[in-house]
Amino acid sequence: MSSPIISLASLTTSPAPRRKGGCAATGCGSSTRPADIDPAVWEMIKDHPCYSEEAHHYFARMHVAVAPACNIQCNYCNRKYDCSNESRPGVVSERLTPEEAFRKVVAVAAAVPELSVLGIAGPGDALANWKNTRATFEAVRKAIPDIKFCLSTNGLALPDHVDEIADMAIDHVTITINAVDPEVGAKIYPWIFYDHKRRTGLEAATILLERQMRGLEMLTARGILVKINSVMIPGINDDHLAEVNRAVRARGAFLHNVMPLISDPAHGTHFGLTGQRGPTPAELTALQDRLDGGIKLMRHCRQCRADAIGLLGEDRGQEFTMEKLPETVTYDPAPRQAYRDFVAAERGDRGAARDDALRSVEAVADDVRLLVAVATKGGARVNEHFGHAREFQVFEAGPKGIALIGHRKVDAYCMGGFGEDATLGPTIAALDGIDTVLCAKVGDCPREALVAAGITVTDAYAYDYIETAVGKLYAERFGLTAVFA
Amino acid sequence: MAMSINADDCTACGACESECPSKAIRFKGAAYVIDPKKCTECQGTADAPQCDEVCPSGAIAKAA
Ligand code: SF4
Ligand code: SF4
Repeated sequence: MSSPIISLASLTTSPAPRRKGGCAATGCGSSTRPADIDPAVWEMIKDHPCYSEEAHHYFARMHVAVAPACNIQCNYCNRKYDCSNESRPGVVSERLTPEEAFRKVVAVAAAVPELSVLGIAGPGDALANWKNTRATFEAVRKAIPDIKFCLSTNGLALPDHVDEIADMAIDHVTITINAVDPEVGAKIYPWIFYDHKRRTGLEAATILLERQMRGLEMLTARGILVKINSVMIPGINDDHLAEVNRAVRARGAFLHNVMPLISDPAHGTHFGLTGQRGPTPAELTALQDRLDGGIKLMRHCRQCRADAIGLLGEDRGQEFTMEKLPETVTYDPAPRQAYRDFVAAERGDRGAARDDALRSVEAVADDVRLLVAVATKGGARVNEHFGHAREFQVFEAGPKGIALIGHRKVDAYCMGGFGEDATLGPTIAALDGIDTVLCAKVGDCPREALVAAGITVTDAYAYDYIETAVGKLYAERFGLTAVFA
Repeated sequence: MAMSINADDCTACGACESECPSKAIRFKGAAYVIDPKKCTECQGTADAPQCDEVCPSGAIAKAA
């Protein structure tokens, strides 16, 4: 049986009391640290939206596309493809030089105080473009010393750069590992370019997989947090991913993120053109459940674009295209600091609210579960209008706790100002299996349409913390008195 | 004796530029181009033209 990501036990343990005016104890800022996470690791991830489910409510990441070249070919990638409506890893519209990327980061830091992480993730491979990647990080580090760096790589060049990665205080690395068996890998990677030669077939897969494992071991030996991304490809590596999970866990990977293959003939990828399908949401969830006993799985991943900006689930990249940026930029640390102070207070508050919420679900003895979809624009609160939501975060409440288990993307149906019923159909389809939708506001029309489809929608918990709202709902539904003041 | 880049196929990823042992490849205007005077087809340094080996788009061929 799978266990929730936020286990009940880890959350009901009271946090260490905060010491006034001092940061010497581990209590500082970590009042919501789940007890099963090492304090040193929590310090590294607590402000990182991709690594911490908790942080993803508060902090924003930005990616800069300074790495267009790649040293391998994957069957799910077409390097010619570029579409601004797409949201897939490896697909990007604006390529930057390191100097342009620097200007962009400073401009974004001034306008988006939630910014905590700068990532380099492509559209090619961060390490196949090491000169650009390094120059970008070095320039930004000088201007904004407290920003966190992360990078994504296919791992082929990784062993050559681990020392520099450690020296530059890049403390998060993502490696995409789709197989640990070269026979499986050969079906995913048609070729690699390694040691001055294009290599194909088993030889290519063998070299790549060996370099990935070695790079992973070298990183974890240096205390760098490593997340593994795997693309789930039905019929090719879906059964094999349990073995990948075991192999990367044994080598100290911190998170394993299984993403669905996105496959469409229009993308012109090998898989798209040969009719290889992606997994259904149910297949993906079933696999994630199966792997849950292993290392922590990341269910809040949004497969961001390589130039995404903002909280996970939002992309403000279009506000910061190069032509909109000033020629010269200077960094002002004040807005980010003010935001951090606000988050520190909110987090303590939310931690207490969550403990209450969990006590109320714990009181239900039977194994009854409730799937709740939440419209939120961040801050871990129910604070988005139903019609403006571009995605819903899905929480499962049960006696074991309240856990974020995924998200459902929808088209915001009332962007035009009118309730165009025509687009409610896809929204209802996306909410399949959901019991209740929580939002800040909802019109009568969509409410009735949802009820007709068997889904309750309510704004009764508007602006509550999400866990509080889900906890109350659960308690009300199952006839308990909630334990809230 | 030189290689050349077909601009229609090139995605301007720059992978070839960093692999070229003769520094024959430059980004010019909107695309990468090979300087035929500098290109050696990698003879003496590698078994096969490095730009062609690394190019993901099949954009590189012997100059006509
Ligand atoms: S063939 Fe060799 S020398 Fe000529 S452009 Fe390509 S990489 Fe450079
Ligand atoms: S490697 Fe190929 S696609 Fe990339 S810049 Fe060179 S010619 Fe263009």
